[in-house]
Amino acid sequence: MRYKQKRRIKLIIILAIIAFAAFLYLQHGINLGLDLQGGAHIVLQAQPTEEREINDTVMSGIVNVIERRVNQLGLTEPLIQRQGSNRIIVELPAVDNPNEAINTIGRTAMLTFKNSQGEVLMTGEAIKDARADHDQYGRPVVSFTLTEEGSEKFADITRQYIGKKIGIYLDNEQLTNPTVQAVIEERGQITGYESIQEAREDAVLIREGALPVPVEVIETRTVGPTLGEISIQKSIRAGLLGLLLVAIYMIFYYRFPGVLAAVILAIYGLILMGTMAGLQATLTLPGIAGLILSIGMAVDANIIIFERIKDELKSGKTLRAAIDAGFKRAYTTIIDANVTTIMTALILAYFTSGTVRGFAVTLGIGIIVSMFTAFFVTRNIIDIFAGSKLLRENKSFGVRKG
Amino acid sequence: MDILGKRKIWYTISIIVIVIGLLFLLINGLNLGIDFNGGTLIEFSFSENVTAEQVRDVLERIEIAADSKIQQAESAGEHGVIIRTKTLESEEIVAIDNAIKDKFKSAEMLRSEMVGPTIGRELRINALLAIIAASIAIVAYISFRFEFRFAAVSIIALMHDVLITIGIFAILGREINTPFVAAILTIIGYSINDTIVIFDRIRENMKLMHKVPFIKQANTAVVDTLPRSINTSITTLITILAIYFFGGASIQTFMLALFIGMFAGTYSSIFVASPLLVTWQEKISR
Repeated sequence: MRYKQKRRIKLIIILAIIAFAAFLYLQHGINLGLDLQGGAHIVLQAQPTEEREINDTVMSGIVNVIERRVNQLGLTEPLIQRQGSNRIIVELPAVDNPNEAINTIGRTAMLTFKNSQGEVLMTGEAIKDARADHDQYGRPVVSFTLTEEGSEKFADITRQYIGKKIGIYLDNEQLTNPTVQAVIEERGQITGYESIQEAREDAVLIREGALPVPVEVIETRTVGPTLGEISIQKSIRAGLLGLLLVAIYMIFYYRFPGVLAAVILAIYGLILMGTMAGLQATLTLPGIAGLILSIGMAVDANIIIFERIKDELKSGKTLRAAIDAGFKRAYTTIIDANVTTIMTALILAYFTSGTVRGFAVTLGIGIIVSMFTAFFVTRNIIDIFAGSKLLRENKSFGVRKG
Repeated sequence: MDILGKRKIWYTISIIVIVIGLLFLLINGLNLGIDFNGGTLIEFSFSENVTAEQVRDVLERIEIAADSKIQQAESAGEHGVIIRTKTLESEEIVAIDNAIKDKFKSAEMLRSEMVGPTIGRELRINALLAIIAASIAIVAYISFRFEFRFAAVSIIALMHDVLITIGIFAILGREINTPFVAAILTIIGYSINDTIVIFDRIRENMKLMHKVPFIKQANTAVVDTLPRSINTSITTLITILAIYFFGGASIQTFMLALFIGMFAGTYSSIFVASPLLVTWQEKISR
């Protein structure tokens, strides 16, 4: 009776763990990395100029402007983050034209008004607002309004330059070079665009302001939505196939305990998904590989335990005693073997970034969950069945009596 | 079964494989991808068959990256083309995208990767640092849990696995990118894991069978853990093969490296690490 009570409690605990894992998974879902859902990963590096060196203020300024530009793209959950002393990582999930977006984000976008001698008369800082528009001839233009201070200044300039040319430049690229017809105060137009799309892009850059220093785009990775979807489908199918083959092998070799191992693997998979969801870890393509690899490690823990139990059975112990002794001796082996792998995963996570870090994190989580599963789930499940005839069968645990 | 008595045979097999790999490494070098060398990679898919020449014509017309390496690939189940070239501006990538889409209506850009030279250099340094840091951490842990000679021998076994993997990649001429570094570190973790399970048994036998010579203690440990070694490597290799064949082109290189490394890892735990402990013991007791 006592044994049966204990067995019921153990069963309830395992079911509770499964339910909790399933709850976490359904509640939070799994974050997909850019390589799986499609998107762009961009690394920008600030370049010091003669006037400005890179410091904290300059970097916050850059982040600020980039944030405003990215917001214009209307994406869900873009990520902008500083890395080290002079870098910024921008992640744009599910962006339509990733390379065009990168192009816009990375521009310095310094707007200057210059006279024909190339002297700077006014900069974009005097501009309050800029919008893409069509002028009276239907040509695409950027219409801008000036700040109060800017208006006074521009009125002075246009008065002085009536009948002469003033060039408007964005980062040294001449947009237009009109002749001043009249004194302009508050509003103006920049012509010279081939399409309204071009005008719209520049309007964003002018409106949201220039970067305090130029930035260099040092790394970009974009993945189209099709590729991401294909990767997910293929790797899930491959992973399931792998699991199935492993389960078949385990059942073939260990008989009934092998069936238990297959069930434990399924539970392991569920707990792993729950943990990933609960921790809000991001799953990348190499991460899926890490997951599948940790399945291998989880199977290994079960194999080590089963082999130990088999050894104990061979030495003549009863099933209960063999299970106790087998687990006890397997514990240290499993811990020693996994600690080193966890260390490698941690080191990998520290030294890398992006998708490979995703791999290291998933591998680390996978191994920790596999140890938990081995010590807790496997133990209880084997205990639950310790009284049943199925485990007492001769060939259980691969024992060959001869 | 006398495995450790025949250790000279096992050493010879390992040395031959490593030497051949190293020769290829010296002659051919490694095929380093854009992650290490910097550059740009763009992959397109089409519903019709598009040749590398047709793509080159387009690049020549817009005068961007006309000297690219262009390769036909079947990555997304459709017809695909991969363009590899020097570091490009995002404007240039947009121009290539537009030009290709103008010419081939079904074209879709699957991915683009641009890596500047600075990033490549950093990656090389970080990869090296990660491997050194991992090795130091492992030596420290094993020396603490076992003895220093166990640690020293595991590091040799680990170098063995890494050298074999790199050597075979040099022989095959497969392109190496960041995921390869991750694969190498995973192999390090796995190799140690595998070695420790056997060492754990040797440690146990040193207590339980203290009257018999060390070679006997070690051999019994290796033979007793053999079913575990075989079962674990079979189940792991099955999953790796499943992903290799059905997981899509993007993770094939990664899986190939894991396969070679894990295979070498199982071999080295049984046939290199434990025999080396015996060799070490003999040199000391002499």
